[in-house]
Amino acid sequence: MGALGHYLEREGVATAQISLIREQTAAIKPPRALWVPFMLGRPFGAPNEPDFQRRVLRHLLSLFERREGPVLEDFPEDAPAAAAQEDGFACPVSFAPVLAEGRGLTRAMWEEIAQLASWYSLARKRRGRTTVGVFGATVDDAARHVASYVDGPPDTPPVAGWSAGMSVKRACDDVKAYYYEAVAAQPGNLAAKAIEDWFWRETAAAKAFLAIRDICLNSDDESLKPLGKLSLIPRFVTDSLDAAQRKQHST
Amino acid sequence: MARLTDFSEAERKHHLEKIRDLPDFGLTPFVPGPPLRERRVAIVTTSGVHARGDRPFHIGAADYRVITGDTTAADLLMSHVSVNFDRSGFQEDINVVFPIDRLRELEGEGVIGSISNFHYSFMGAAPIRALEPKARELAALLKKDRVDAVLLTPV
Repeated sequence: MGALGHYLEREGVATAQISLIREQTAAIKPPRALWVPFMLGRPFGAPNEPDFQRRVLRHLLSLFERREGPVLEDFPEDAPAAAAQEDGFACPVSFAPVLAEGRGLTRAMWEEIAQLASWYSLARKRRGRTTVGVFGATVDDAARHVASYVDGPPDTPPVAGWSAGMSVKRACDDVKAYYYEAVAAQPGNLAAKAIEDWFWRETAAAKAFLAIRDICLNSDDESLKPLGKLSLIPRFVTDSLDAAQRKQHST
Repeated sequence: MARLTDFSEAERKHHLEKIRDLPDFGLTPFVPGPPLRERRVAIVTTSGVHARGDRPFHIGAADYRVITGDTTAADLLMSHVSVNFDRSGFQEDINVVFPIDRLRELEGEGVIGSISNFHYSFMGAAPIRALEPKARELAALLKKDRVDAVLLTPV
């Protein structure tokens, strides 16, 4: 992000950037930057908080009125907490604990998808949109591709020019978006961390992704290997798995 | 939450290691411009958002996608390769990542002069040096559209 500020400004275009990690911005010294104390993925603070978003935006725009730089300022407010945060998090459906592997695992994922369908439709109606659609038209397209990796053999990429790695990555992203949107069907901003914890700890889909991660790590396909290391499972999940393994080895 | 002290030790280490690998850009000359109320504003995001039907981003992609000024929320998807940032905010309200509605309001109030007809999206995980030629190309497009204030927004 800071690099783009340097590159564009050197070409004569004035820039002002949001900084999410202050230490990185301080090191790269872009012309104008506003550090915000918000979680990664939310540079304007919180959804459905137009007044707050406007305050961030106006502060950012005000940096264009500075006469010299580099400027790195701190936004003085924390993001508003999600309204539902204090009431805890309740998934609208309850899933059976996932113990199965292979076909049992994908069957459990399909059952979850069916259980979430009406919540997903409600969410789509309330928001007037969905972010499912990077892999294919519907979540079923994506889930079939995910299932083919767990059950074997993996389906070929659906689009000419897509690698196996990009295909399965996009399929996983669509399945995850479907789950995230479905559980947020009811109005009120759920805490991001609550949705994330629910998905990664309680769903068969997440366990299917972990199975695919192992397939990627052991694959000879150069497009699958980097996925296994970096781009399927968040670091907080892989870190806790690694820590559990270390604990198991030491006992 | 994006204070380094709020991250897990492994996350903190990851972000600090990125700092060690950053190139030294020195100090770039500060481009002056007219008062804010006369400026034409564009968004350049590194969130990996793009219009539905446009090409998703590949791993390591340093190219960009064009988002037209009349794009609605329903038109926008996100294909950023990273799984280490929140997407639920974007799913609920695009303005938490791409504040186009807020910009339109500020344009209506006369706080800014106008909004560009085109915005641009990169994927932030691209190698830094690979962005330079694309950024030069983009600067020419922005100048052609008379943009004199670019908002750079990450995820």
